[in-house]
Amino acid sequence: MIRRIGAAAVDWVWRLGFAARFMFLLLRYSGQSVSRLHLTIREIYFSGVLSLLIILVSGLFVGLVLGLQGYETLQRYGSSEALGVLVALSLTRELGPVVAALLFASRAGSAVTAEIGLMKTTEQLKAMDMMAVNPLARVVAPRFWGGVISMPLLAALFSAMGILGGWLIGVVFIGVDDGAFWSQMQAAVDFRYDILNGVIKSVVFGVAVSLIAVFEGYDCVPTAEGVSRAITRTVVSSALAILALDFVLTSFMFRGQS
Amino acid sequence: MSRTTLDLWVGFFVLIGAAALLFLALKVGNLSAASFADTYAVDVRFSNIGGIKVRAPVKSAGVVVGRVTAIEYDNTRFEAVVKLALDTRYEFPRDTIAEILTSGLLGEQYIGLEPGGDARMLADGETLKLRGQSAVVLEKLISQFLFNKAGESPTPQQ
Repeated sequence: MIRRIGAAAVDWVWRLGFAARFMFLLLRYSGQSVSRLHLTIREIYFSGVLSLLIILVSGLFVGLVLGLQGYETLQRYGSSEALGVLVALSLTRELGPVVAALLFASRAGSAVTAEIGLMKTTEQLKAMDMMAVNPLARVVAPRFWGGVISMPLLAALFSAMGILGGWLIGVVFIGVDDGAFWSQMQAAVDFRYDILNGVIKSVVFGVAVSLIAVFEGYDCVPTAEGVSRAITRTVVSSALAILALDFVLTSFMFRGQS
Repeated sequence: MSRTTLDLWVGFFVLIGAAALLFLALKVGNLSAASFADTYAVDVRFSNIGGIKVRAPVKSAGVVVGRVTAIEYDNTRFEAVVKLALDTRYEFPRDTIAEILTSGLLGEQYIGLEPGGDARMLADGETLKLRGQSAVVLEKLISQFLFNKAGESPTPQQ
């Protein structure tokens, strides 16, 4: 029993070390994803453009729910005009980057893992190696950078869509004053403090999710079962990494003094 | 899918992503209103600043004319020194009175400027001649009210 726990722990540390070495190699060989830009653009299409619909629709619904719930609570204190502030701050600071990253991990991260894992299983990566094509530079790096570039854009779209959803519920359906909604929001939301910190968060999440996705694919056991387990691990560890990193980043960025 | 349509889609994606960021910056945030091009620094002394924070707005007649840039404590005079950055478009007389006000019942605190009648205008780095009016502290207000109530002679009952 103890031996098994020890073996699992050693295995985990071993994988962590391999992940660090993998990241270093990935950064070293990612020059080609800039010089052969169409590879990266292809990956932006697959991870970014194809995630657009789910991101936009979820953002809209999150905004609608925030509008309803926020109004319900705020009107008890007679300050329903602050609805815009509530919706905008919660979306730009937290919900936008975090929920967009969670959706991105399950929509695009799992696809990347499956693709690379299947390439490994069918020995395409080995074949590339035999043809003196570095699979890290040709296959892995473009997928990594495609994810890193897509993530902040998706998070910004999520936040914008959510704010429009909150506006739709608050102003159009419930009848909060339109001018108060926007002006209070503009007075309370600071570009550098709120929006830029949200963008920084989404970039960090993008790096984390993409790295986990390509690593799990590259590291998977080359069987059908191994690929499916790698995909599961991608989604689970991405979600955990996003939430843990979010706590760390938030405690650095927002300490209560404004 | 051919390469050109792919490029078109990615270009469209990047474009609407950038548009969303622009929307957040201009419509949601206050990027356009918050940053003043040129400012000059003015110091105000307060005996109590209440809950004012760095970056709080400075308003005159309700219009935002500047921001709080720093809050310091003067250990020789035991007062707070609040540094303001005011827009160069607006000039104020030297005997302007600063007061700490609250917008609404639960709103944020800001510094209000009440212009005086001095002919000389404030220059960069100067200190307001008059000490600013302190923030209203709720506890003091309540205790004052209670003392006044206790001091009143009881009204004769009929």
